[in-house]
Amino acid sequence: MNQGKAENALRKLHSLSGVIPLGVFLMVHMLVNYSATGGEEAYNFAAGIMANLPFRYFLETFVIFVPLLFHAVYGVYVALKAKQNVLKYGYFRNWGFFFQRVTGFIAFAFVIWHIWDTRVQAALGAEPNFEMMAALVTDPLTLGLYLVGVVCVLFHFANGLWTLLITWGITVTPKSQKFTQYALMLFFIGFSALGVQALFAFAQ
Amino acid sequence: MAAQKEIRLIIKRQAGPESSSYTEEFAIPYQPNMNVTAALMEIRKNPINAAGKKTEPVIWESVCLEEVCGSCSMLINGKPRQACAALIDNLSQPIHLAPLSTFPLVRDLMVDREQLFDALKKVHAWIEIDGIFDLGSGPRMPERTRKWAYELSKCMTCGCCAEACPNVNAKSNFMGPASISQVRLFNAHPTGEMSKEVRLSEIMKSGGITSCGNSQNCVEVCPKSIPLTTSIADLNRKTTIQSFKNMLGSF
Ligand code: SF4
Ligand code: SF4
Ligand code: FES
Repeated sequence: MNQGKAENALRKLHSLSGVIPLGVFLMVHMLVNYSATGGEEAYNFAAGIMANLPFRYFLETFVIFVPLLFHAVYGVYVALKAKQNVLKYGYFRNWGFFFQRVTGFIAFAFVIWHIWDTRVQAALGAEPNFEMMAALVTDPLTLGLYLVGVVCVLFHFANGLWTLLITWGITVTPKSQKFTQYALMLFFIGFSALGVQALFAFAQ
Repeated sequence: MAAQKEIRLIIKRQAGPESSSYTEEFAIPYQPNMNVTAALMEIRKNPINAAGKKTEPVIWESVCLEEVCGSCSMLINGKPRQACAALIDNLSQPIHLAPLSTFPLVRDLMVDREQLFDALKKVHAWIEIDGIFDLGSGPRMPERTRKWAYELSKCMTCGCCAEACPNVNAKSNFMGPASISQVRLFNAHPTGEMSKEVRLSEIMKSGGITSCGNSQNCVEVCPKSIPLTTSIADLNRKTTIQSFKNMLGSF
């Protein structure tokens, strides 16, 4: 395959991987978190289902880590090729373009930190449960950074879904792009509310 | 606007591609209904800067003087647009002029927009009507298509869209939205459609359509109001379908 065609496929896959599987996993993850508002037991039950899925290591590798690594590394490469110009061209969509890249970098750092705090600690023998999370976010600084991290990841997902619909040629007209923009903004606000509530449920 | 005695311009200048840039201020007598090109002509007639010193006339490009050739594009108060269509009375003063920053500089306000024309050649932005025998008259175009295709045909390759696009820059080989939109135009033509795969496969290469990051600046700045982002999204759909055809086979 010549290099040019590879780029076309990689860019499309980059867009897709952010939603399938990463975005889908993100939503499941946020819902599991939200179960923490129902108390410790409810959370441990929901998280237990996730943790006890069959073929867990296989799923973890191919549904999460491989796509995540590809999406993050290729995303950084793409983002660094842009010449940001929001100050000169302050249009709404250009701010979206800018924040998509900013939240991408924040999400990259946050996710590495979060994996270190939870998945790696679990691999080292800690018990990944409500208590583990509660212990993490009782520290106000950690809680603050987690809040920022979660909101950035969700923005990146919602705005990325908006561009996916264009990149794959699903929303073509300005009208349809406006509609999905509003719909996804609501989606972002809704999921952020769930994410924030979940974090406070752990912190209590 | 109340009668002004003079028009003040601050122009970013540079003697050549390798020289360093500087700004020079000019004050020229006010006349009603002038545009930026007329002001530049005044300076050419009488190349004396605001400090009263004799200087080199400012170099810029222009051909049609009526916003159809695209050659007089420059940054006017920071926005990419045509000097011949920018009325002084509508601009806040002093008026800042600078060359487009995305293209190689030739001198003063003149840049080399060759890359835009190269991109048009690359994407096969024409229709083959010649053969070794008379091909007869071509098929007719439906009126519904003609309407939007006409809008796309107004593109004058001025480069304003490429200037505003964050993904067209020295680090990237993105061809920019104008030539992509032309693919949509020529693929909509009933005769042009016969070589649509040639055009699609060009924009599916490196620096093609997937280099767009959906910032949608292009459509905001296009002086011809060309629906560039609609063209891009439409061709995203067409190239997606084309990829599946390439992968799975088609007739
Ligand atoms: S699409 Fe518009 S801004 Fe871009 S080159 Fe054509 S006329 Fe100029
Ligand atoms: S929508 Fe695409 S082509 Fe248009 S300015 Fe943004 S990145 Fe460039
Ligand atoms: S001179 Fe042709 S567009 Fe201005």
